[in-house]
Amino acid sequence: MTETLAETAPEAEGPLPEFPMPRAAGCPFAPPPTARALHTERPVARVRLWDGSAPWLVTRYADQRALLGDPRVSSEATRPGFPHPSAGFRENAGRRRTFITMDDPEHARIRRMVTGPFAIKRIEAMRPGIQKITDGLIDTMLAGPTPVDLVRALALPLPSLVICQLLGVPYEDHDFFQRKSSVLINRHSSAEEVVGANEALTDYLEGLVAGKLAEPADDMLSELAGRVRAGELTRRDAANMGVLLLVAGHETTANMIALGTVALLENPDQLAVLRETEDPKAVARAVEELLRYLTIVHNGRRRVAREDIEIGGETIRAGEGIIVYTGTGNWDAEVFAEPERLDIGRDARRHMAFGFGVHQCLGQPLARMELQVVYGTLYRRIPTLRLATGIDQLPFKDDGLVYGVYELPVTWTS
Amino acid sequence: MSGEGGGSRKGEGEGKGVTMRVEVDVPKCVASGQCVMIAPDVFDQNEEDGIVVLLDEQPAPELHADVRESAVVCPAAAIRVVEK
Ligand code: HEM
Ligand code: SF4
Repeated sequence: MTETLAETAPEAEGPLPEFPMPRAAGCPFAPPPTARALHTERPVARVRLWDGSAPWLVTRYADQRALLGDPRVSSEATRPGFPHPSAGFRENAGRRRTFITMDDPEHARIRRMVTGPFAIKRIEAMRPGIQKITDGLIDTMLAGPTPVDLVRALALPLPSLVICQLLGVPYEDHDFFQRKSSVLINRHSSAEEVVGANEALTDYLEGLVAGKLAEPADDMLSELAGRVRAGELTRRDAANMGVLLLVAGHETTANMIALGTVALLENPDQLAVLRETEDPKAVARAVEELLRYLTIVHNGRRRVAREDIEIGGETIRAGEGIIVYTGTGNWDAEVFAEPERLDIGRDARRHMAFGFGVHQCLGQPLARMELQVVYGTLYRRIPTLRLATGIDQLPFKDDGLVYGVYELPVTWTS
Repeated sequence: MSGEGGGSRKGEGEGKGVTMRVEVDVPKCVASGQCVMIAPDVFDQNEEDGIVVLLDEQPAPELHADVRESAVVCPAAAIRVVEK
């Protein structure tokens, strides 16, 4: 299991497993069986991607942490060998550069332009407002007919309203930006569709930045407009950052709300504990555990080696692609005992659902707080909440870069 | 710096007369807020860019476990803990 294997042609041992891998039927929460098998048998292994390339899939927690924290590992999507999730992403990589696909020091310099509003205390100050929005959305649900699609009624509007407010994007435009985002993050969207959706969103954000240049308000797009005026960013750069924040800011949290609810409804004993607790710390612990258990950003952290790297008994050569599959890392029994058990009482803070290393999620304090509010409110206000369909009937987002459900019909006893 | 972030389970030597010194490597910090969430008496963040501010270089023993955990989860390996 050493250099000789790594140096042989990828195909030498028979066909490589294709990535992404399908989940097992009837196990919508577990990482794919093939990924779990690699995790125990060959934790650093080549896989085959849609374009025929054969990057390394890294499945063990310790190796993942090491690589994501290693400056020899690059996030630059324009480097040859970078493992793109789809043709659309490859096409977009050159057109749209934001700090998520940059390396330090450039990454750090630009990320720091937008870190301020996500500081713990500033996010904490938003809690009463987020509680109010959540209560309002639940009031509307309770006043209307059942069944209700929880995605449309709560999961999507809540984070969308919040990120709109933070950025200074008019919420009335949510149909437009939610539609374009879902094209952007679907693996099966064609290159033209991805580029088109990205252009539409960037043009839209650029228009908003122009508006903030003329008439600044107290929001993040106005801060970015200030940087444009100071000559630190172009208007297009600011618009690209706006797109990243808008898309990352609503899609992910929305999927955690909906999929987290499915997981809790399937684990009624855990749901009961969460519903009964008065302790905000217990709710916060449940949020970390659900993040670990579901690892919704399930297409792996995509990277490329700048130099040769020895890891897990293999040598990753400079220029080779790396996919850090945190889904299995977060189910690594070395770190999380009985990982397949959803246990909202466990200490899951070391999970990598927000990634690890310098690119670790910028919006994590906001995401955590939104989830704490929703998980701490929804099941208490609607204690009889249940699926209005069989779990096997739910449309899971297997084709998405972010996992979740497209629709979640729920009902309750009034 | 490596070694602190190895995901290894520490926790031996808890309490009893152990002194702890904390250092932060400000240029490395990515403002994740994890340390502030776990040990708010020891770490804070800068108002304008959320970068770490060390409040207490020699935290009391009852804070040691949280400080160690902060060093483990810090995504940027920006927290160093020295115990004697
Ligand atoms: C539950 C919700 C969320 C999850 C699971 C999540 C997950 C992630 C992950 C895994 C990464 C790492 C990407 C990488 O290493 O390549 C990331 C980065 C990022 N996230 Fe999130 N995220 C969530 C919510 C948010 C929110 C609410 C926002 C913002 C407003 C946001 C903004 C970002 C940004 C800007 C980055 C790039 C950071 C960088 O490259 O330095 N995310 N997120
Ligand atoms: S945990 Fe690390 S990166 Fe995050 S704020 Fe603290 S020092 Fe900075």
